[in-house]
Amino acid sequence: MNQWQRRLDYWRRRYDITDVVVWLFGLTILAVALYGVVRSLQTTTYDAKRWAQFVVYGVSQGGVYALIALGYTLVYGILFMINFAHGEIFMFGAFGALFTALALDKAEYWNQHPVASLLIVLVVAMVTSSAVAVLVERVAYRPLRKAPRLVPLITAIGASFTLQYTARSFFGSGLRAFPELDMLKGSVNVLGLEIGKSHALTIVVSLLMMAGLYWYVQNTKTGKAMRAVAENKDVAALMGIDVDQIIVRTFILGASMAGVAGVLYSLIFFQVKFFMGFVPGIKAFTAAVLGGIGNIPGAMLGGYFLGIFESLGPALILEGLGIPAPSQLKDVIAFTMLVMVLIFRPTGILGEAVAEKRA
Amino acid sequence: MQATTWRSTIKAGLLTGVIALYVALTGMVLSLSKRPVVDKLSLGHVVYMLVFVVMGYLTARRSSWRTTRPALVPVQGLVVGGIGAALLALLPVFGQQVDLSWIFVTTKPNLYKFLLFNQESMAVGVAYLVLTGAALGGIAALLPILPEVLHQGLLYGAGFTLLLGVLSDLAQRTVLKVVLKPLFAYKGLKPSGALILFVVLSVLFGLRHWWLQRQRERSTMEVILGERPAWARGVQQGLLLGFLLILPVWLLNKDAYLNSVVNLVNLYIIMGLGLNIVVGFAGLLDLGYVAFFAIGAYTVALMTSTGDLGHGYTFWQALPLAVILALVAGVVLGIPVLRMRGDYLAIVTLGFGEIIRILANSDWLKPFMGGALGVLDIPKPALGNLVLKEEYQLYYLILAGIFITWFIATRLYHSRVGRAWQALREDEDVAEAMGIHLVTTKLLAFGFGAAFSGLSGAIFAAKVGSVYPHTFNLIISINVLSLIIVGGIGSLPGVVVGALALVGLPELLREFSEYRMLFYGIALITMMLVKPEGFWPKKLNVYSRPQDDTGPATP
Repeated sequence: MNQWQRRLDYWRRRYDITDVVVWLFGLTILAVALYGVVRSLQTTTYDAKRWAQFVVYGVSQGGVYALIALGYTLVYGILFMINFAHGEIFMFGAFGALFTALALDKAEYWNQHPVASLLIVLVVAMVTSSAVAVLVERVAYRPLRKAPRLVPLITAIGASFTLQYTARSFFGSGLRAFPELDMLKGSVNVLGLEIGKSHALTIVVSLLMMAGLYWYVQNTKTGKAMRAVAENKDVAALMGIDVDQIIVRTFILGASMAGVAGVLYSLIFFQVKFFMGFVPGIKAFTAAVLGGIGNIPGAMLGGYFLGIFESLGPALILEGLGIPAPSQLKDVIAFTMLVMVLIFRPTGILGEAVAEKRA
Repeated sequence: MQATTWRSTIKAGLLTGVIALYVALTGMVLSLSKRPVVDKLSLGHVVYMLVFVVMGYLTARRSSWRTTRPALVPVQGLVVGGIGAALLALLPVFGQQVDLSWIFVTTKPNLYKFLLFNQESMAVGVAYLVLTGAALGGIAALLPILPEVLHQGLLYGAGFTLLLGVLSDLAQRTVLKVVLKPLFAYKGLKPSGALILFVVLSVLFGLRHWWLQRQRERSTMEVILGERPAWARGVQQGLLLGFLLILPVWLLNKDAYLNSVVNLVNLYIIMGLGLNIVVGFAGLLDLGYVAFFAIGAYTVALMTSTGDLGHGYTFWQALPLAVILALVAGVVLGIPVLRMRGDYLAIVTLGFGEIIRILANSDWLKPFMGGALGVLDIPKPALGNLVLKEEYQLYYLILAGIFITWFIATRLYHSRVGRAWQALREDEDVAEAMGIHLVTTKLLAFGFGAAFSGLSGAIFAAKVGSVYPHTFNLIISINVLSLIIVGGIGSLPGVVVGALALVGLPELLREFSEYRMLFYGIALITMMLVKPEGFWPKKLNVYSRPQDDTGPATP
């Protein structure tokens, strides 16, 4: 057998035909996307400022995704399950914020003390989200921790729909308007760029929250216990860690981030609806996978990356392909990206070998 | 089981109250109050009283005093119902002082009035409510301490009487109206009718339980496994077939509405049989199943429509292509997810389903697929000169579809591929080590599942006459998933049971449709917690049983 035959034989054993097909599938999409980018840049009608605006918008949107993605990643890191209901936890946080804001607005406190109001609203949203998350964990996940993998996944889907339609029947099926905040009207000028104040606030708050979370997980006793439980539940229990308690705290931590995300999302769009958790939930999951699920900095990075990509994508890729009304296909970009990541780098940007664990 | 104490009883009462408050706040009580069940008792009443009944019953069943101090069990029920009702009474009492409707849209004065039995004085209303709750809880708690025959008879008797009362206006459209007429009022049961039905049904169900008990005492392997002699099964299947053939024209009286509900249930059964292959047999959780339904529907719509977008083929020319296209789509979308498991698979397939819907809805493909306006003017299928335009005629087309898919599904289940799927479901790595080719096995599962869904979608397009992209949303996938889970994952009769319970019942109770998804979500959680094998679990695999094993095997 000569050298070439041996090499061919090695490659044939290393990769079977499915890998080749899957790669071809992915490469085709990549090629089309690249072609789109080139065409868009050749024919673009946008100036540099407009592109920068897209990026800023993407960063603020990405901050929201990142905050939600943290919840997925934290829970996945410990339980190796996707908390399907996390998007709904985010939605309940937004509703908690909405009702607090409405009450503050009625008492004429909302626009007179905007900073204090925002703080109150944030706290209420975090508490609401956490309460819902603890309830879900207690009812739907804890009794099934030893069950086959399909079972908690199905209850998670069930929990997601239950929460969504509970909100629908409690709070109504229509859009509820979030009271506007005068402080957030207009824009600030940063380095020659006009940034909407609510976007600026979102960027700042999400960064602060994430820094806080990172510090908490790295430095506090609970954080250490969380990492220990993620590593190995049984050994952690032997070391005197109350595993159930830590799991609940993890849910609370993730849900608080989702609650903050709910407030920020409401402050950008000024509307709240029972269905609002679904799409951001899936996008945030994509972000978590993108960054490497189970990895906290990965989720943050993935969130920002997805936000920017999604904001640039329609103009950058789809317009060049001659697709009319490309922003309709924004969600397609996010879903396609999820598939691409799972094909080419299932461990995500920063992930370790999670592929083994998820079996 | 923990020992029962007064403390745990009070806890159960508080839980009852929380559930009752939840039910009241969802607005279910009020919107269902327009449907009478027995005389003036409406479904709204039944729903919130059912909370006390069910909780009283469950508390009594789980009570360890059932054997040691049976006299105390009804008291437990009283306490549970009473505390629950008292908590519920807080809502109207508190709500009339403070306006809550800016948070909970359902907390209107008429809800409070309804909860307090339309009493003028609040004190009297609250007293009524608490007493009713306590009485219902107490009565329900009596059941488990009665002899088994009475217990089962009364339980099922009451349940089916209520069901008949709820569906009274529909029961009166069927042939059964001749028998049932004296029992029913214009809407709902007459009180006397309810009593007669309750007694008759209780006796029947009691006898049934007694009979089953006796069978079990003389238990043999055949009884345990439910195996009957071949001739008995032949007769049974013949009777079932005969019943199915005359169902729409005889029992349902060619009624367009009832037949349309039956047809919808049957389309869901075809889809359920398909998803059952993917989820039940092969254990691959697919949440984008609606995509193939959409592909089937759009193929038929675009090929046969007489509108601008159509191409003027007949239904019979389009049908095979629809199935084949769905199958190909199943395999093609299956390729990228071959390496994914569990949660990842679920979310990526969900993404695929959404992508198909968004594409069908987009302006980009509007010239070919009609965009948000959909495709209209789809002709009904024709057999020679006979156009299947009535619902009861379409019934036979769909029934034929069920027979074909059912046959394929059963044959597949016992085939080599079917066993490979089951191995795959139990453990992918071990299956691969045993020499199962994962790629073909998985793709076959995706392909067959998708083809069934495509068939269902094709008939759906012809039945409805128009397709719109927003019809094909995630909710359909969740419906199908819920019905196979409620019926029993991997079980074919379970698909039928699930479809009847989750598609048929909500479809018949129009007022209920708003709470349908809520109901599905709760059903998914409760089934997984309480009865993960479903209401009609799949039979054990008999071919692997050792000869000398006489006891029932654990699944």
